[in-house]
Amino acid sequence: MSLTRAQVEGIAHLARLEITEAQMPVYVDSLSRIIDFVEQLSAADTGGVEPMAHPLADQVQRLRPDTVTETDQHEKFQRNAPSVAAGLYLVPKVIE
Amino acid sequence: MSLHTLTVAELAAGLRARQFSSLELTLHFLGRIERLGPELNAFVTVTADRALDDARRADESLAKGEGGPLAGVPIAHKDIFCTDGILTTCSSKMLSNFVAPYDATVVERWRAAGTVLLGKTNMDEFAMGSSNETSFYGPVKNPWDPRRVPGGSSGGSAAAVAACLAPAASGTDTGGSIRQPAALTNLTGLKPTYGRVSRYGMIAFASSLDQGGMLTRSAEDAALLLKAMAGFDPRDSTSVDAPVPDYGAELATPLEGLRVGIIREFFGEGLDPAVGKRVQDAIEVLRANGASIVEVSLPALPLSVPTYYVVAPAECSSNLSRFDGVRFGHRCDSPRDLPDLYKRSRGEGFGDEVKRRIMTGTYVLSAGYYDAYYLKAQKVRQLIAADFARAFGEVDVVIGPTAPTAAFELGAKTSDPITMYLNDIYTIGANLAGLPAISIPCGFVQEGGKALPVGLQLVGPHFAESRLLSVSHQYQQLTDWHRRVPDGYA
Repeated sequence: MSLTRAQVEGIAHLARLEITEAQMPVYVDSLSRIIDFVEQLSAADTGGVEPMAHPLADQVQRLRPDTVTETDQHEKFQRNAPSVAAGLYLVPKVIE
Repeated sequence: MSLHTLTVAELAAGLRARQFSSLELTLHFLGRIERLGPELNAFVTVTADRALDDARRADESLAKGEGGPLAGVPIAHKDIFCTDGILTTCSSKMLSNFVAPYDATVVERWRAAGTVLLGKTNMDEFAMGSSNETSFYGPVKNPWDPRRVPGGSSGGSAAAVAACLAPAASGTDTGGSIRQPAALTNLTGLKPTYGRVSRYGMIAFASSLDQGGMLTRSAEDAALLLKAMAGFDPRDSTSVDAPVPDYGAELATPLEGLRVGIIREFFGEGLDPAVGKRVQDAIEVLRANGASIVEVSLPALPLSVPTYYVVAPAECSSNLSRFDGVRFGHRCDSPRDLPDLYKRSRGEGFGDEVKRRIMTGTYVLSAGYYDAYYLKAQKVRQLIAADFARAFGEVDVVIGPTAPTAAFELGAKTSDPITMYLNDIYTIGANLAGLPAISIPCGFVQEGGKALPVGLQLVGPHFAESRLLSVSHQYQQLTDWHRRVPDGYA
């Protein structure tokens, strides 16, 4: 196993995912296998190679004027929200 | 002649000549979806009312001699494309209650061209899978053999078009999700150049790899649908501002003088010899009709699967952080506090494969591992792109199989993620390099008493969609594999 249970619990916390007790060993096993699998990249000679972040080398991120182009549709968008009041999204109390 | 086996090009011509109405056509397809759809599980949502409205509007336009180039032609969209006022689930429990508040650019453009929306097709959850078995709505079955998978992640689109429940459907391809299901169901599947088709309103999986495209019955149909879908969109920051060629007009380009490179690395261990034989036969057809064939080597390409399984999960872990149980999507019952709300909403809302990829991505991006995994993978990605670029200095297109085997049985690869990942070994390279690639039918192999389709893959330089489509079209003038329909669906 390249990953320990404690590591996987840490990853799940960082990713804000609840993993049930019963499922945890399954994730430890499959994530270890995936990490072992991608480990083969370490053998590739990448000396002097620039990392590639964008598939089209000559593309640059476009900029646009900082002007309002969208209309206010918050009521329509909030129809998908689990809990809303007065145009605000409701969540459990954060500050006691 | 039955309406449902016709191509989009034939249907568009028939509609314009008033041989049949769009309403008649739409009712015909809706009837087939109702009768044959549930068994295949190809659709998440059937939009019958919307389809009939669209069809009536198209008929009015056609009667006046107006309407877009695809006026009245029914299509289906993969359920990853947002459709205003219509459930858009990405086949996830997380979005099982999500009614999109706007149309994706792809949806808007196909609609502007006059198409009729039949429904939204099933897929692997958030497009993460190669067999359509990770869907919250259950697996899709392959019409060529219902015990087998249709491929994924655009498996519902593939099954719907292969079973003649729709003349064509959209798909998305992050690591092979259009081409591999096209190969496994005897369809033509095109993944355009990165940036050619707008990603606006296409629910993001891995943003530097995702690209929209289509699954069709012919290269000619892919050309028509690409023309209607492609082009600059200011709402997608990586959309490329370049003119869209008339793909249909360029289909006539002959094979004479075409330089084809056979990818040596794609014919080694892991390839089913019977599949390899069909692909070699197809290459001989190209040779016999004027193409020159050479072998090319892309030595970094065998590293494409491990590279992808660092880059794609990294981007996925970032993209899927938006699903927080607050603004839209699934929320758990009675959260104790905010962290509990996040963790349980996400833990309950995402399926196993999606959680696995989010965690893989979280790990490879985390402090202390970033350089060893993510940065390393981005460098290998550069090597893979350079291999392709070198090959395109010598040849016009490179060629090989789309998938190592024909369709496999349901459940055959679900126990080990690596086994499933290796299914995309021939398709991932084009995504990493941002290249256009197409899968076209090239014959059948016999397995378990069934004839199963095989796909031939062509990859071209950036923005060479015209060439891929013309080579495919010319091949389809010389062969009739693409016109075969599975038993019981003709």
